[in-house]
Amino acid sequence: MKLFSSFGQYLLMLRGAARKPENGKMYWKELMHQSVEIGFGSLGIVVIISVFMGAVSAVQTAYQLVSPLIPRETIALVVRDTVILEFAPTLICIVLAGVVGSKIAGELGNMRVSEQIDALEIMGINTKSYLIAPKILGALLTIPLLVIISMVLGIYGGRLASALGELVAGDAFDRGLQNGFTIKNVYIGLAKAYSFAFIISSISSFFGYYVRGGALEIGRASTAAVITSCIVILMVDYLIAYIFL
Amino acid sequence: MIELRNVIKSFGDKTVLKGVNARFDKGKTNLIIGASGSGKTVLQKCMVGLLKIDSGEILFSGTDFVTMSGEDRKLLRQQIGMLFQGSALFDSMTVEQNVMFPLDMFTKWTRGEKLERVNFVLERVDLKGVNAKRPDEISGGMKKRVGIARAIVLKPKYLFCDEPNSGLDPRTSMLIDKLIHEITKENDITTIINTHDMNSVMEIGENILYLDQGKEEWKGTNKEIIFSKHEKLNDFIFASEFLKDAKDMRALEERGIIDNDRNMDEILKEGSIDAGEGKE
Ligand SMILES: Nc1ncnc2c1ncn2[C@@H]1O[C@H](COP(=O)(O)OP(=O)(O)OP(=O)(O)O)[C@@H](O)[C@H]1O
Ligand SMILES: [Mg+2]
Repeated sequence: MKLFSSFGQYLLMLRGAARKPENGKMYWKELMHQSVEIGFGSLGIVVIISVFMGAVSAVQTAYQLVSPLIPRETIALVVRDTVILEFAPTLICIVLAGVVGSKIAGELGNMRVSEQIDALEIMGINTKSYLIAPKILGALLTIPLLVIISMVLGIYGGRLASALGELVAGDAFDRGLQNGFTIKNVYIGLAKAYSFAFIISSISSFFGYYVRGGALEIGRASTAAVITSCIVILMVDYLIAYIFL
Repeated sequence: MIELRNVIKSFGDKTVLKGVNARFDKGKTNLIIGASGSGKTVLQKCMVGLLKIDSGEILFSGTDFVTMSGEDRKLLRQQIGMLFQGSALFDSMTVEQNVMFPLDMFTKWTRGEKLERVNFVLERVDLKGVNAKRPDEISGGMKKRVGIARAIVLKPKYLFCDEPNSGLDPRTSMLIDKLIHEITKENDITTIINTHDMNSVMEIGENILYLDQGKEEWKGTNKEIIFSKHEKLNDFIFASEFLKDAKDMRALEERGIIDNDRNMDEILKEGSIDAGEGKE
């Protein structure tokens, strides 16, 4: 029951966020600010995770490829597809749900509890469109970019690990990469990235915007935002895989 | 002027405002007083539209806030300033950005014009040289001042203050009260202040509404409070025995029964004080 009423409230929030803003210039400023916060703020962790996850997937694929009948180049192909289809979008977005989600929920929760949202509301500002929409749009702008960066770096990490561990030589790896490549996989990866970006930003906004109480509740809301985002991401991940693959 | 007619508000099955009627005058500091939990904050939040009332009318200069169109309400809101109990400054912005925010949002002024207005109001609330500071770098009293500056920067017709001097020392409280009072007079604002600070009541209580458990119990001025025989009000205002005695004294003095210049012991000896005024 509670789940349904929360979902209704969530949809109402999204509708409110889609309203026309009072002042386009201020709105734009806020969008830029959020994009920088979300995008630049998470770049470092995305770089580190991507390189390592590519490397790990290369090493593990090599370990599982025991048959001498299969050429070693296959490692490149497997790394490429897992990174593009699953690791870059899903793993990165799970991490971003933690990094970005808790930031969004914490920021809005603090604004709610300290009556800053009320203060904006009294001035006659639609706080849903002023506070939430730029976060969602900012996430939609930057998170897919981060995922693309992660795809590239992940494959690069795989190549690096293959060379270092003498699993496949660089030129053989590159040949393997071109083997059976379809752009469709990149599109699926990006479809995931956009879906997850929306999930993270809107769910975290929801938990933060409707906080009641004090500092304790802000913490709880942040945790709930991250957990809920992760669960929904994984469910949607399955759904997309089921539909497109 | 703001008028309330039979305003009712409940949360679930708990009725917080039980049909409040009141009138708040233009150019005056109107006070809402009452014990903790009597519904002062809820009443103010209803008046500014942060909470929806169940029934009743809230008339801003004659037009009902509740039934007016969304567009009109937006315009009206730009004429409302509010000082929050916790100041509610935007903590991602500097003092200057906080005060300028309403101007950024609702005017098409140049940056120079906006800056001029911001500096004018900051000076008006006696804050200079803190433009670049963030809210967490200034004291509670200064935050209230910034809150006031932000609330008046768009020259509002109505100013709401929820416990403007909670958490401040008596002297700073008095200065904030005076400031609000002066600004009210200068700009002919309808100011509504929630308070349970008795200094404020006596100092700036031009029109007082006493709220008790969501119902208006008494209305009047600070002068009238001193002579009031309303039992609940007296128990609330003059909570301590000391203050009750002081009130009696003052009442007697005003009526010429006692003379402040005379020696107190002498008066007591005469026994003429036993008039039982006010304390019923
Ligand atoms: N959002 C809400 N949901 C449910 N009950 C509420 C809500 N807001 C206030 N109340 C209840 O309304 C009553 C009046 O609260 P209010 O905050 O108006 O008191 P107050 O007069 O401002 O007190 P104080 O002087 O302590 O600030 C309280 O009993 C409170 O529990
Ligand atoms: Mg209150």
